Amino acid sequence: MIRSLLFVPGNSPAMLQNADIHGADALILDLEDAVALKEKDGARALVKHAVKALNFGGLPLVIRVNPLGSPYLEDDLLAMVPLRPAYLMPTKVSGAGDIQRISARMAEIEASRGMKSGCVGLLPLIETALGVENAFRIASSDPRVQGMLLGAEDLASDLGAARSKAGREIFYARGRMVMAARAAGILVFDTPFTDVDDEEGLEKDAGFAKSLGFDGKAAISPRHVAAINLAFSPTVVEINYAREVMAAIPKGEEAGLGVVSLHGKMVDKPIVERAKRVLAAARQLGLEGEDE
Amino acid sequence: MNILRAASAGTLESSDALVMVSPGEGELAIDIESVVLPQFGAVIRQAVEEVAREMGVTAGIVRVNDRGALECTLRARVETALLRGTEAGT
Repeated sequence: MIRSLLFVPGNSPAMLQNADIHGADALILDLEDAVALKEKDGARALVKHAVKALNFGGLPLVIRVNPLGSPYLEDDLLAMVPLRPAYLMPTKVSGAGDIQRISARMAEIEASRGMKSGCVGLLPLIETALGVENAFRIASSDPRVQGMLLGAEDLASDLGAARSKAGREIFYARGRMVMAARAAGILVFDTPFTDVDDEEGLEKDAGFAKSLGFDGKAAISPRHVAAINLAFSPTVVEINYAREVMAAIPKGEEAGLGVVSLHGKMVDKPIVERAKRVLAAARQLGLEGEDE
Repeated sequence: MNILRAASAGTLESSDALVMVSPGEGELAIDIESVVLPQFGAVIRQAVEEVAREMGVTAGIVRVNDRGALECTLRARVETALLRGTEAGT
């Protein structure tokens, strides 16, 4: 279960070697915006050797690569695909064709290395207006695509809108991303909160993203990880209610009732499915025994 | 592969290493400066030699200013500096 994804600059040895100590559920090793143009080769080599030598606490690794059309993507793919990270994160993805071109090149590299085709997944970064409008096409473009991340800073720039803490300018994009991901059956992650010192703002932002249906949220600072994990974990109240729902079903069946009532509210299939998801998440996070 | 020009990679920040390479005659000369030289000098030298051998570099000068880099960091910085200093880096 991935609630938090922590960005780690690809050219910083100190941050790379300590990346797994902050409690994040996944790491995004960054070859793109966090790396100066003249250091792209250095970052690529550093990430390559670090991934070979360090196990990063066994965390799923996402490697953010440079955009299609940049002079760096081919070298990124050649160096990163053989490392078998859980995902590559292509950037500035604006349509299904972008994914299909990258996936085809990845397949060639996998074949040349004797790797199983499709063993490296994709978690595209959607950060343009065209990308948001094509979100479902991107999400369903290739079996490698197992999740998407919204990138609000570039998107706001593309929209000609100012970025705000309230996030009004990305409200449509957030809803569209969640809808597209759910329709395609993949994961979806919210954009990072960029004010490192505003903990209250982060909690609100993460809570709002969860309420929209996001699975988790990226973090640009290790200090944001704990709050994100908390926001995207089921609460004790949710877990207890889910247990009550699951307990109520057999009682209703014994009584010959098609629909069960719990605390005066009807429990039907969507409620049961949500309860199952909450309990599955609680089991994964080791939260299931809190009130026992 | 020969070192054709002076080049460097890495930084002097903690946990990193600044690696500088330059052309030179004869065998590969390796100069190491590190606060942990007595403990890890041999390991650092071996890592530099292995990366150079893998890249086919047999001559030139490699200077390492180590600031407590892990071996993987050191290997990456040596590889990048050599790529930048050889024809492969043009």
